[in-house]
Amino acid sequence: MGMTIVEKILARASGKASLKAGDVVEPRVDLAMSHENAALVINQFMEIYEGISRVPKIWDPSKVAIIFDHRVPAESPKTASNQKKIREFVAAHGIAKFHDIRGDVGGICHQILPENGYVRPGFVVVGTDSHTTSHGALGALSFGIGATEMASVWALGAALNVEVPGTIKVNVRGKFRKFVGPKDLILFLIGKISAEGANFKVLEFHGPVIQKMSTSGRLVICNMSVEAGATAGIVPADEETRRFLHDEAGVKGRINVVESDKDAVYEKTIDLDVSDLESQVACPHTVDNVKTVRQVKGTKVHQVVIGSCTNGRLEDLEVAARILKGKRVAQNTRMLVFPASARIYTQALEKGIIGEFMKAGAVIMNPGCGPCLGVHEGALGDGEIALSTTNRNFKGRMGNPNSEVFLCSPAVAAASAITGVITDPAKGAN
Amino acid sequence: MAKVVFATGNDVSTDVIYPGRYMATVLPSETPQYAFADNKQFNAKLNDGLIPSGSIILGGKNFGCGSSREQAVSALKGHGLVIVAKDFARIFLQNGINLGLQTIVCPDIVASEGDELEITSSEVFDKTSGRKFSILPLPSARQEIINAGGLIAYTRKRLREGSAAS
Repeated sequence: MGMTIVEKILARASGKASLKAGDVVEPRVDLAMSHENAALVINQFMEIYEGISRVPKIWDPSKVAIIFDHRVPAESPKTASNQKKIREFVAAHGIAKFHDIRGDVGGICHQILPENGYVRPGFVVVGTDSHTTSHGALGALSFGIGATEMASVWALGAALNVEVPGTIKVNVRGKFRKFVGPKDLILFLIGKISAEGANFKVLEFHGPVIQKMSTSGRLVICNMSVEAGATAGIVPADEETRRFLHDEAGVKGRINVVESDKDAVYEKTIDLDVSDLESQVACPHTVDNVKTVRQVKGTKVHQVVIGSCTNGRLEDLEVAARILKGKRVAQNTRMLVFPASARIYTQALEKGIIGEFMKAGAVIMNPGCGPCLGVHEGALGDGEIALSTTNRNFKGRMGNPNSEVFLCSPAVAAASAITGVITDPAKGAN
Repeated sequence: MAKVVFATGNDVSTDVIYPGRYMATVLPSETPQYAFADNKQFNAKLNDGLIPSGSIILGGKNFGCGSSREQAVSALKGHGLVIVAKDFARIFLQNGINLGLQTIVCPDIVASEGDELEITSSEVFDKTSGRKFSILPLPSARQEIINAGGLIAYTRKRLREGSAAS
């Protein structure tokens, strides 16, 4: 019987010839990522070793990555102290893949990992962040875990007792209309199958639309796979993956890829045609409350956010800047831009994109998670509405339970920033 | 037997259970004060000790969706709460198993706030309504972790046995 990509990756990582959904394995981990919540991982890791009176030792520090992004620079003494504790641990344990708060190599974990070539096709990647699903864009099996599970991975180098997930195949064909893209595709899919439509499953993306999609776009759809409950999203690695890793991530040498067998067994197949797809908006307070932009157009917007691990890449900023060029952000609407990494920030500067944003009245923030999870900047007032290219709109997500968050593509965000109300970029500001 | 102290409805996210702005607080001993922090009434009851340990939160579908933050689990565990839900989001369920939060998957449960529930290994009996609902066993792969008393204890066991992957 044939295997899916994920079954193959898990079989290799657990030393088995073959596997099927439902089998239980203990895959060796190729990359273990944490952000500021490494402070909790460290606490749990120490507790493991205190209980057996041994010296704490990470199984392979070269496979651990720690990136500061959730609260950068620190918003409170507590966060600063957590970050300090992590720095000391990083130094003591020789963790080289550490990205501190820096204007050259810093950024959001889900951009730092791909752009530095830390993730390769066929890898097993775990991260103490639910959007670790992003890295499936490079043909890796990549999923989120809790801090205690990460402490266990640091100790043992394997994820324990993992049930091999079933896979849902998603075939995407057609051609995107102007201003419609990966974000609209994944929002549409989540709306269609619901916030738990892929619970405990893998979403494996195929079809001509995916083949033509850049790695940047693939990161968007894999990033948000978790919003349908998926354990992981994955795009089979191909020539585009090799191009990205060689040309953008500086990876040298041969890159092997893993593909599903022709007779692989899927739980189900979903066929989508994007030719008629309109811009999509996820309305408060669940990500699967998805409508077309036409259905919600005219909704007043107080804060527009462009950025995050979902849509803070150069491609996203370029789309938004093209729409904003020569225009101004509406009165009584504020626009915040968060490039996903220092590298992207620099590229956007060099291309004049940052200048366009500033001329339009947008505020450029340093790379990081920003207001997405409501921890330290870009808070909303009571009754205010944010339109954001981020990935979650749960009640209170941006820090105030008496506010609302709508999710959209960079094109919808930019067009709406100009008018101050939710606007279809195909009809609106231009 | 214990009382349903809060019936939440579907898709309760970890942002609701443990708002992001308290994530700098990481120690399991310090997180319980922020459980359901944006629900001021319920949070106050928890912190004032008005909710007895063993009380039940009744979730709908997809309980604990969203962020992987483990504080959402340690905060509930700290108050001794038991979570009965139609189903759970994957990472929350796994974190619950790892930390020893009691999570009961009861796909057909229909109950209300104030109901008294009796939970056995195979079913939930609502003494108030007189109805019984079957429990789905937790993923079998995780039973060893539960048996060991959580993932920290299980990892220690594996380290002692020298069965680390390499």
